[in-house]
Amino acid sequence: MNTMNAAHLRHGSNIGQKLTRREGMLKVTGAAHYAADHHPPGMLYAVLAVSAVARGRVTALDVAAAKAHAGVVAVMTPENVPQLALHPDEKSNPFAFRLDVLQDSRVRYANQPIAVVIGESLEAATEGALLLAPAYEREDVSVTFESAERFVPAAVGVGSPPREGHGDVEAGLRDAARRVDVTYETPAHYHNAIEPHAVVAQWHGDQLELDMPCQGMAIAQGRLAELFGIAPQNILIRSPYLGGGFGGKGLVAGPLVLGILAAKLVGKPVKLVMRREQLYGPVGHRGMTRQRLRLGADAAGGLTAIDHHVLTASSRFDDFFEPSGGVTHTLYAAPALQTRYEAVRVDTGTPLFVRAPGEASGSVALEGAIDELAEACGMDPLAFRLKNYAEVEPLSGKPFTSKALRECYAQGAARFGWENRKLAPRSMTDSAGLLTGWGVGTATFPAHMFMAAARAEIRADGSGLVEIGAHDMGQGAWTALAQIAADGLSLEMERLEFRMGRSDLPDAGIAGGSAHTATAGSAIHGATGAAIAALAEIAMRDETSPLFGAGNAGVVARGGHLFRRDDESRGESYAAILTRAGRDSVEGRGEGAASQAVMEQYAAHAHGAVFAEVKVDPELGQIRVTRLVGAFAAGRVINPLMVESQYLGGMIWGVSLALLEEAIMDARTGRPMNGNLADYHVPVNADIPSVEAILVHEHDPLINVLGIKGVGEIGITGTAGAIVNAIWHATGVRVRAMPVTLDKVLGHL
Amino acid sequence: MNRFEYERAGTVAAAVASGRSDGAAFLAGGTNLLDLMKGNLVRPARLVDISRLPGLDRIEFLPDGGVRVGALVRNSALAHDVKFATNFPAVAEALLSGASAQLRNAATVAGNVMQRTRCPYFYDAASACNKRDPGAGCDARGGHSRLQAVLGWSAHCIATHPSDFCVALVAFDAVVEIEGPAGRREVALEAFYLLPGDTPERETVLAPGELIVAIRLPAQAAAFAGHARYLKIRDRTSYAFAVVSAAAGLRIAAGRIAAARLAFGGVAAKPWRAREAEAALLNREPGRASFAEAAALALRDARPSGENGFKIELARRLAVRAFERAAAGGSPLLAPLPASVVNLA
Repeated sequence: MNTMNAAHLRHGSNIGQKLTRREGMLKVTGAAHYAADHHPPGMLYAVLAVSAVARGRVTALDVAAAKAHAGVVAVMTPENVPQLALHPDEKSNPFAFRLDVLQDSRVRYANQPIAVVIGESLEAATEGALLLAPAYEREDVSVTFESAERFVPAAVGVGSPPREGHGDVEAGLRDAARRVDVTYETPAHYHNAIEPHAVVAQWHGDQLELDMPCQGMAIAQGRLAELFGIAPQNILIRSPYLGGGFGGKGLVAGPLVLGILAAKLVGKPVKLVMRREQLYGPVGHRGMTRQRLRLGADAAGGLTAIDHHVLTASSRFDDFFEPSGGVTHTLYAAPALQTRYEAVRVDTGTPLFVRAPGEASGSVALEGAIDELAEACGMDPLAFRLKNYAEVEPLSGKPFTSKALRECYAQGAARFGWENRKLAPRSMTDSAGLLTGWGVGTATFPAHMFMAAARAEIRADGSGLVEIGAHDMGQGAWTALAQIAADGLSLEMERLEFRMGRSDLPDAGIAGGSAHTATAGSAIHGATGAAIAALAEIAMRDETSPLFGAGNAGVVARGGHLFRRDDESRGESYAAILTRAGRDSVEGRGEGAASQAVMEQYAAHAHGAVFAEVKVDPELGQIRVTRLVGAFAAGRVINPLMVESQYLGGMIWGVSLALLEEAIMDARTGRPMNGNLADYHVPVNADIPSVEAILVHEHDPLINVLGIKGVGEIGITGTAGAIVNAIWHATGVRVRAMPVTLDKVLGHL
Repeated sequence: MNRFEYERAGTVAAAVASGRSDGAAFLAGGTNLLDLMKGNLVRPARLVDISRLPGLDRIEFLPDGGVRVGALVRNSALAHDVKFATNFPAVAEALLSGASAQLRNAATVAGNVMQRTRCPYFYDAASACNKRDPGAGCDARGGHSRLQAVLGWSAHCIATHPSDFCVALVAFDAVVEIEGPAGRREVALEAFYLLPGDTPERETVLAPGELIVAIRLPAQAAAFAGHARYLKIRDRTSYAFAVVSAAAGLRIAAGRIAAARLAFGGVAAKPWRAREAEAALLNREPGRASFAEAAALALRDARPSGENGFKIELARRLAVRAFERAAAGGSPLLAPLPASVVNLA
């Protein structure tokens, strides 16, 4: 039977359209309820008390004073915290991070929760938390690379080897005509989602009901189930909207477990919302890096070797090592390359995935070093990148499923006006006397696929239903996935009921790794296709249907009707088929996952090219990005508005990485000193006068049935490198420590 | 909960009477005080809400050419008053370079004068701070010090005053009118602030119960209108405190400088008036050489309080730039990004 064309050949009425966000009106009118907006009857408020010291032990808490305060209902400490079924330091799988949920009096980082005060009002609980007046036994802290011993981690990122490569790097460097040996640094970054981590928890016996922002509901269900010793299906998570996730809401953080424990302790619904400053500790961050790159090129500008050494940091008690070397595996053709890691342990919370984990920090270092080598070779930086264009994935030697990076370079350069760039640094000045520089960086991000399932239904009234436990972090899943669903059922959007954002729907995997649309979309595609097939089956077996016996020729679905492919005058509506068959509905189920065969034979990545213009005041050193053009190729575009928005957001985060963002720790105490949105700088509108993203056509018949790669993270890669390279081009000064603040150039101008 | 009394004052006299009580604090726009209360950094026993006091929300242009700005005038209202911005362009520019549009709509001008330092250690309850807890010590010393003071600091405190507005006010000889238990008095804004010395907890000359009711700029301030600028170096283009800022004004007659004004922000516990530099410019031709000499004089006594030596050179260069911009004369329109060195819009 042949009921559906392959998706990448099909031109749906919804996919590719610039639909605005379907939930947009709800959001701008406040009708979209985020987790912390919920207020079940009888709900109490839980407030975290967090540690002032970064290492040591809590020796005293004035629980009596807190409990005596009017409106305080309970104080949860290691003395009375309900028992968990699994110790929070137990690692049941590589994604299970160690949690601080009052298991003992030990303090492992500043802002670690040390008690929870539950009150009838937020105000009472807040004051109660202050009254605890903790006393500590302090130990010396270490939060810098210098103050700790280095070691080679067993794995980096998620299970990647700490040493990879091919060829003889030392020989390549030795034989090179030009070499660079440079060290780039990136500081710790925090996710800083606008919506803080929050949970409203209700226990009904051993059933648990949660409103909680979540990038991976099924993973959270599993983690909470093992911690609380209940079945995963006993846990209902509602997470229809996230006010930003960026990797910080991918796994259940300790403070949310504490909110659930608090509800258990008091036997009532409890809301726990973290305060902004409390987010700088227990919910993950991007680990700091110091990356040494040794690169060599032959006389013609061809790379001879890349050695990318990454020094990074994890917490003292758990492992996550920022995998900055990944970009070197995939970007430039070098006959010899290697990535190596060392790490230290510091007294901070455990680092975690932060948008483009590894790729963001690694990209700025690699793109900077590549630019320095282009300079050493006397070549235009774009020409140098084209000279070293990778036709196959450099580390593995595999061909790419698709790679339109040349088109990205060409379209981005044309739009930006790159051909007018002067080769020498400090050779461009604008009419106001500002030093002007142009830089380029290559963007790259792997095209991952995880696992997802979906369910589709066609109903007797001709409408459709698609269900999937997908997550909208603000990226537009409510819209883009519904577009795929509507096309899959060949229905107008108005005839589709689309359900997502709840854990009792089919598992959509995690909204992370830029893989959600590809994975969940493939599952939806499969489910809707199965529903259409089931419907066609009914019609083709029905002698009274105009589709009777169409089996060999096939049936095509369009606009709520099925037609014979060989004679499109013969068809009927979904409603007619089902009504005549006496059926309320037909169902289809589908799954999304990577094709193992494709993954074994091919490398899959999205690519892009980012061009940046900066202006630098020649006396005052003030640096501003005045223009950004990015051109990206990431397979099929489901919704150009959402995709453009992802690129722009990523590029703006790249500006942040290059110029602004830095978690400042006091080296003496390990306390974050800028844990608020006034002092932890991210760009404001005035910092982004002009940013454009070009959506470059890329046809990928291999990556998945829809031809989709991810777009959520790639924008941050390439951009920061383009900016630091532009700063050099403007000033002749190479600043290799992010963020590039004016004090780092002032003395060199 | 953190219990405090809240009272809405009906008259200035009533506000002053209530403000004298132990632990009382005046509340106007609340853009700084409420943040400090939420962080448990200050715990007033009584909030005296002065935001509805009658008569304090007026901008009065005085017959002699000066201006009197009521304490409760909003930052945005003053900055967008056309006559004020015309007569005192550097002050308007300073106002518009501060905080964000939302904060400027809420914040009052006297509240701007009264705002506390943004030293991260002052804002961190777990750190030692002599301002919050006299005698506790200063964790800012030896800590994160990039934005701390380079002038007028002491071993007890290296914090800076965060205001933009007040820098321009000090440059142009503003006076604050104060009502208090002992009656009304006036204090030049420059003398209103205290350097930390060994009492960094004392930040102004205000006695308990004293309330700023107006800020006055003298007629002579308007005489700089054609040649007055405020420039602010900041790490991001809006919603960022100054790394260093400078207000500069010139009166030029027959090709020579008849009067000069210069004050810095972000360098000391108070807006820093550079009188020696001003004097050095008298009768000189406006130009880079004279400006550079003056700027060098202005920073002669500066020294780093930590890893912030770059601010001294930056302030020196910024003073030159501010004088150059002032000498060039302003456009009748404020720049799209007020006080920015680079206007990219």
